[in-house]
Amino acid sequence: MSSNNDSNGSRRTFLKGTAALAAGLAIAPGVRLLGVAKAKPDNEAVTSIVRWGMLIDTTKCSECEVCVEACHAENGIKDQGDPATTPQWIRKLMARDSLTGHVVTLPMMCQHCENPPCADVCPTGASFRRADGIVLVDRHICIGCRYCMMACPYKARSFEHINVTDQAPHAPRGKGTVEACTMCVHRVDKDQQPACVDACNERGHGAMVFGDLKDPESEISQELVRYGGTQIRADLGLNTGIRYRGI
Amino acid sequence: MAKSKIKYLAIEGLPKGYLIILGVLGLLALVGVLSAHHMETEGHIVTGMNNQIVWGLPHVFAVFLIVAASGALNIASISSVFKRSLYKPMARLSGIVAIALLVGGLMVLVLDLGRPDRLLVTITHVNPKSIFTWNILLYSGFIGIVAVYLWTMMERKMNAYSRPVGIAAFIWRLVLTTGTGSIFGFLVARQGYDAAILAPMFIALSFAYGLAIFLLVLFAAYSFTGRELGDKVVTRLTNLMGVFISAALFFVVVYHLTNLYATEHHAWEAFILLGKNGGGPYATAFWLVQILIGSLIPLAMIFSGYALKSRKLVGLMAALVIIGGFGQMYATIIGGQAFPLVLFPGAEITSSFYDGVAGTYSPSIWEFLLGLGGVSLSLAVIAFAVKILPFLPESLADTIVDPHHSD
Repeated sequence: MSSNNDSNGSRRTFLKGTAALAAGLAIAPGVRLLGVAKAKPDNEAVTSIVRWGMLIDTTKCSECEVCVEACHAENGIKDQGDPATTPQWIRKLMARDSLTGHVVTLPMMCQHCENPPCADVCPTGASFRRADGIVLVDRHICIGCRYCMMACPYKARSFEHINVTDQAPHAPRGKGTVEACTMCVHRVDKDQQPACVDACNERGHGAMVFGDLKDPESEISQELVRYGGTQIRADLGLNTGIRYRGI
Repeated sequence: MAKSKIKYLAIEGLPKGYLIILGVLGLLALVGVLSAHHMETEGHIVTGMNNQIVWGLPHVFAVFLIVAASGALNIASISSVFKRSLYKPMARLSGIVAIALLVGGLMVLVLDLGRPDRLLVTITHVNPKSIFTWNILLYSGFIGIVAVYLWTMMERKMNAYSRPVGIAAFIWRLVLTTGTGSIFGFLVARQGYDAAILAPMFIALSFAYGLAIFLLVLFAAYSFTGRELGDKVVTRLTNLMGVFISAALFFVVVYHLTNLYATEHHAWEAFILLGKNGGGPYATAFWLVQILIGSLIPLAMIFSGYALKSRKLVGLMAALVIIGGFGQMYATIIGGQAFPLVLFPGAEITSSFYDGVAGTYSPSIWEFLLGLGGVSLSLAVIAFAVKILPFLPESLADTIVDPHHSD
């Protein structure tokens, strides 16, 4: 009996182990899918399960322009000679407190608002917010009215004043239409980070963290929980996807 | 009573100079279209507009014409809605001037788009939340409703419907100008805009601009055709102008007083009123053009009785109001954009993208020619309409018009 009991016990243990292994094997890919690979497959629509965002730590941001250079290189934006008309998808901004003299430097771009004023005013819906929070311009139906540029509180948008040649295939742009930071949607959809974030990390600053604001386990969410983050023009209630620290 | 006395006549034959006037206006309109074509081919780089001042001189012209269009309909509204019989003979002209100004304004607005070739996209892709979408409906609806209104006035069988259609057109025009004012009023992020008062202010301004253009058209038409225009009509319209300018000034004063009370708007007010931090051109446009030339001098001319000493002075007064209107649009549209966005209140901001500094703008000849083309198209439409259809009363002599109210 006792041997029987022993064999029963070892069988039970074996079965338990096998079940656990099977369960682990079954769940593990799913865990990986949910935990790491957030980008949608190409044949699936974007969902609001994720909300892409960025946290920018201004205390780590120096006066370098590496994020600007990376963005413009990635998206094929070239200097057109006149800074007043050359598109700037991202720019370095320096804010000096008038009273204390405290200086903050930070990258400024489309803040990917949850309630974007640009999309509100756009007559054709060319300015729109993707379900995952990325605000884009559909260059095929933009009529070039520039009302979105009037409405954007962040001056994040540029109008294309000249014929554009030699474009980056993943970032089509066109004379007479409006453009802005896409949060490198072409990279994000391939599980990569925006070019500015990668460049900042490669330079060793690590001032920009990209990730899913809806995933409590993501680095960006963890950082936001721990240290908080500020929206620029939070008074407007736009619930921006770009948050800042140290401002 | 008065109705039976009024005879409307199209311009008969081809008076000397008519074809020249129409030809010149048509040519200027064509030049405007060609300028827009140049802007579209080369890109907006050939304009003075940039990523700071995204709406330039074409918008100044377009918004002025559209606002004036709604105001020009007032003469007809006063006749149909408020039953003032003195205005009745001029109601047809009021309607066609309103349509013509709107058509000219829309021409400028549409041709200034980055992609005017995509205009039809506004029909196939509609964002119902956009004020522009509302305005597309309001503008096209205005042309339609005023056309029907003219039909009810000009077709004897339809006369019975002229009042209800007139009331509908009056309400429509009020909503339209509210929509135009709200293009700016709803822009929450800009210090110079973001104010509900801009909508009624634009309505009051439209009264003055529309009447000023109507007066000049009336003078030109009657002097050109040699028809009689009596003092009663001119006196009444001139005095009405005094009321309209005063109403517009009231809203302008309240707008600035409200801003002056709120500390957050002090920098904007210093910019637009005192010309601080690069606001010089806009403060000049405001004080010199909008307030002095466009409001105070005309008011003084009207209320002192000086303007009524001669038709030329009334015409001058109306021209000053129009000049003031352009100054107001310049200060509002360009000045409002030139003032930098407030990203960090209490901080001085610098960047490679002109943050924290006033935007600069020098309009190019192409923009001016496009705007002038719109004005010319408006005037050409009026000149053509009064030639082919009976818009103008044969006479507006004192004995013809009925100075008494119908009530």
